[in-house]
Amino acid sequence: MALYSEKVMDHFYNPRNVGVIENADGVGEVGNAICGDIMKIYLKIDNNVITDVKFETFGCGSAIASSSMATELIKGKPLSEALTLTNKAVAEALDGLPPHKMHCSVLAEEAIKAAVMDYYDKNGISYDRTQFPDCGSCEHCGHCTEG
Amino acid sequence: MKVYADNAATTKMSRASIDAMLPYMDEEYGNPSSLHSAGQRAAEALQRARETIAKYLGCDAKEITFTSGGSEADNQAILSAAAAGRKKGKKHIISTAFEHHAVLHTLKKLEKQGFEITLLDVHENGVISPEQVASAIRSDTCLVTVMYANNEIGTVQPIAEIGAVCREKGVLFHTDAVQAAVHVLIDVRKQNIDLLSVSAHKFHGPKGAGALYARKGVILTNVIEGGAQERGKRAGTENIPAIMGMAAAFEESCLAMEENNAKMSAMRDRLIDGLSGIPYSILNGDRFYRLPGIVNFCFEGIEGESLLLLLDQKGIYASSGSACTSGSLDPSHVLLAIGRPHEIAHGSLRLSLSVYNTDEEIDHILKAVPAVVEYLRGMSPLWRDLETGKRKHILK
Repeated sequence: MALYSEKVMDHFYNPRNVGVIENADGVGEVGNAICGDIMKIYLKIDNNVITDVKFETFGCGSAIASSSMATELIKGKPLSEALTLTNKAVAEALDGLPPHKMHCSVLAEEAIKAAVMDYYDKNGISYDRTQFPDCGSCEHCGHCTEG
Repeated sequence: MKVYADNAATTKMSRASIDAMLPYMDEEYGNPSSLHSAGQRAAEALQRARETIAKYLGCDAKEITFTSGGSEADNQAILSAAAAGRKKGKKHIISTAFEHHAVLHTLKKLEKQGFEITLLDVHENGVISPEQVASAIRSDTCLVTVMYANNEIGTVQPIAEIGAVCREKGVLFHTDAVQAAVHVLIDVRKQNIDLLSVSAHKFHGPKGAGALYARKGVILTNVIEGGAQERGKRAGTENIPAIMGMAAAFEESCLAMEENNAKMSAMRDRLIDGLSGIPYSILNGDRFYRLPGIVNFCFEGIEGESLLLLLDQKGIYASSGSACTSGSLDPSHVLLAIGRPHEIAHGSLRLSLSVYNTDEEIDHILKAVPAVVEYLRGMSPLWRDLETGKRKHILK
């Protein structure tokens, strides 16, 4: 389908890092069922480095592809680097997303940040909360009632 | 194997339809408005096509206006009835919540011009009752417009009964029969229909041709101004090749209606029975008041676009009412109208058949869909929450 780039289709048909990490060090979930997409990222962190990452996604083709690409981009990277990953970088790595699908790359960025925040919270590590998204900042739809 | 199961979107042209078109692109390319014999031969062909369409709708050829398709026919029917109503100070229109956008958006436009629109509830089974129409009609109602059959879930409405109610109360009745034509017996006289729209490409004819039936005495207003074609009611040189293709396709499909419906509904029922076996799924629309070719399911915990892409990879062409496939933020207004919550409506799949589908293709679909649903559920955090009891299942 010409709707998506070949790279999006590759990551959709063969998603990398699908699954769950039991006893993950950080877990982030964003989106909601009413909007039609939920992304969940699991991180294994060792010495401030992401040693493993897995994802689960409920959503469209580009949501699954964005999750897959985002996990590839942060795997093996220090937390500080993972936190600089932008949605644009995810979309560019996929050779672009249609304009109305850019939201999927935003979810990927936010899911990673939410997972890192969870790791910080669990380990009593202080951080600047304003640097992290919170549900409600998402302007995707008017259905954000689930939290 | 390639399986085209999106016939509610559009259909393959039949050989008869293509063959009927070809001469009018090649030898007989005259303009029916021309005085010379080439033009007059085209005018005669146009008349034959008009008579054919009229014959299978149960009306006079004079009551048929050719349009560019179903949307234009819907627009013209509604705008005409509204114009007539406005003259009499009647500015109330009754319709349903799950009409095609060609109807709903036209009604929205009229609402901005001061019309009051009542959209009837279509219930969970997607079927309205004539009593609902009767009790919604007011002294200032100028039009009732109810689709013959729904394009997404395939439910068929009690059109003859609604027609009787409207006629008794003296209110114009339009039905968008785009999806129903050639699958239900239409008789505009017996069914008390004043205005009716059809579209060629839904019944194995070409794209770009449609017809509007308007009962004698119902005055049409122009949507397209210009020349005096179509008795001055629809300007623009007639699309003769497409109209000839439409007439041929309509006749072919109407003559074979019983046989085609039997074949299609047998395949449809296999799909319904097979897909009902998927846990936490639901058939959308009444099981029995349904077109022979349309099957629509929701599957909990997954999203429709990814389902379509994976089916496409397996050679199956289908559609979904998910928000992601429409480019809008909300899922299908039809699924919302029958009461499906957003999260369920996002996981919808429409399979629409034609007489060209085969039992082997149904086997392929019945193998592919459960596997794809299971695969997507396997990576869905929503499904995990449903399975672990963190969330409650909405479907059974």
